[in-house]
Amino acid sequence: MARTPVTFNLNGSPKAAFANPGQNLLDFLRRDVGDLTPKFGCGQGTCGACTVTINGQTQLACLVLAEAVNGQDVRTAGGLGQGATLDPLQESFMDHFAAQCGYCTPGMLVSARALLDQNPRPTRDEVIEAISGNLCRCTGYEPIITAILAVAEGRERA
Amino acid sequence: MAIHKGRGFAAINYPIGMNLGGDPSQALVHSNPDGKFTVALSAIDLGQGMKSVTRQIAAETLGVPIEDVYVDTADSDTGPHDMGSFASRGTHRMGNAVIRASEEARQVMLEAAAEELEVDAGDLVTDGKGSIHVRGAPSRSITTMAAAQAAQFRQGRTIAGRGIFLVPLSEVDPETGEMSPVTTFAHAAMLVTVEVDDETGEVAVTDMQSAYEVGRALNPKLVEQQLRGGAWMGMSHAAWETTEPYYPARDHGPEDFNTYLMPGPGDLAPHHISVLERPAADGPYGGKGPGEMCANPVLPAVVNAVYDAVGVRIDELPVTPEKVLRGIQAMGGAKPRQAL
Repeated sequence: MARTPVTFNLNGSPKAAFANPGQNLLDFLRRDVGDLTPKFGCGQGTCGACTVTINGQTQLACLVLAEAVNGQDVRTAGGLGQGATLDPLQESFMDHFAAQCGYCTPGMLVSARALLDQNPRPTRDEVIEAISGNLCRCTGYEPIITAILAVAEGRERA
Repeated sequence: MAIHKGRGFAAINYPIGMNLGGDPSQALVHSNPDGKFTVALSAIDLGQGMKSVTRQIAAETLGVPIEDVYVDTADSDTGPHDMGSFASRGTHRMGNAVIRASEEARQVMLEAAAEELEVDAGDLVTDGKGSIHVRGAPSRSITTMAAAQAAQFRQGRTIAGRGIFLVPLSEVDPETGEMSPVTTFAHAAMLVTVEVDDETGEVAVTDMQSAYEVGRALNPKLVEQQLRGGAWMGMSHAAWETTEPYYPARDHGPEDFNTYLMPGPGDLAPHHISVLERPAADGPYGGKGPGEMCANPVLPAVVNAVYDAVGVRIDELPVTPEKVLRGIQAMGGAKPRQAL
């Protein structure tokens, strides 16, 4: 099988790897690029665990062909923190106990970051809308909504 | 056609753990040469916070800072035996095992410190901040790190402890069938408000008021987290989740998250939680454990609320729109039990 070279930006750094024909972005990121923060949940675009952004728009990595990100800007939960400095959303998720098993958390954080980047002062309904594609089995969502709103309202650190 | 409001109540007793084969949990605790402690458990943290709670329990019992304790739940092949993380048993069973293991390790730690300080181990106390000193004489002191290193490199002692918690077997009375299946019960009461659409049969939970009695809440934030998420899951079990949404034939059964439905972030009901603390006599520092009990009272409360709202008594979960509609049709229309 002819493998296709894919060159793209991942969390601000240039990356290059070979993609198999038909390989989806989630599998590509996890296996070939080594970013394990997008999670495999359902593999068919219903759970949101693999949420990433491509050029600032949230996308489900399991539904995007790896080849399609050639030359694009991809961001994952792995790029939210800078070294030991966490994104305010990550701090807020911890402060508000917005994670239990943690499997949905990377996707939730990416969706929330994309929302706040486009709309720094969202309403509760806008937060709900933004995470409506991310399933969570543990928290009952309320702590997640609270954590995101806390950052939006500036009550959270930085 | 109208939206009918109804309220339903349920109260539960919930047994902590089970009585099969003694329901054992084991824990091993040992110190490292840096004076920090490792707790080995085979039960895992599912996200409910078991590692945090057992860490608190170990630190409290050992008398060391919580930062100095690491809980390792890595591998049930190499770790001590445990029945597992289920039946709401984690805090109670593992917590008790951790206390016993920590007590044994603490005793060796004090003996090692006593040898260094040339005093009797019975006269030593821990300050919980990383030091051990003679009772009433804080200047006669040694750090837990120095005691651990003395034990490791000079005295040839292992600062370690073993712990197991086992429920005494309860024999069944052959005449009456009476037995004591569990040692501790937790309790909960739940009041929910629903709105039932008599045209579509849809049920919306609009408010939840609860009181949970969990023994001592060893970590109140984790308790609240479990109660909030667990009650959401109870709401989901009550009115949403089923593998057979229509008929016993599985042809129409859900196959994925598009058809196996759960309430999303837009379907939440405000949940007002009261935590009541009545420390359990046999619990670790009085703890019982919220566990499955978070979800349980929601189901009967929702069923009762639907009955209150439209007079339909559902006896098979979940309360799907179809069942509600069929019930309303069988009665020739909604029969609200009371005007709210």
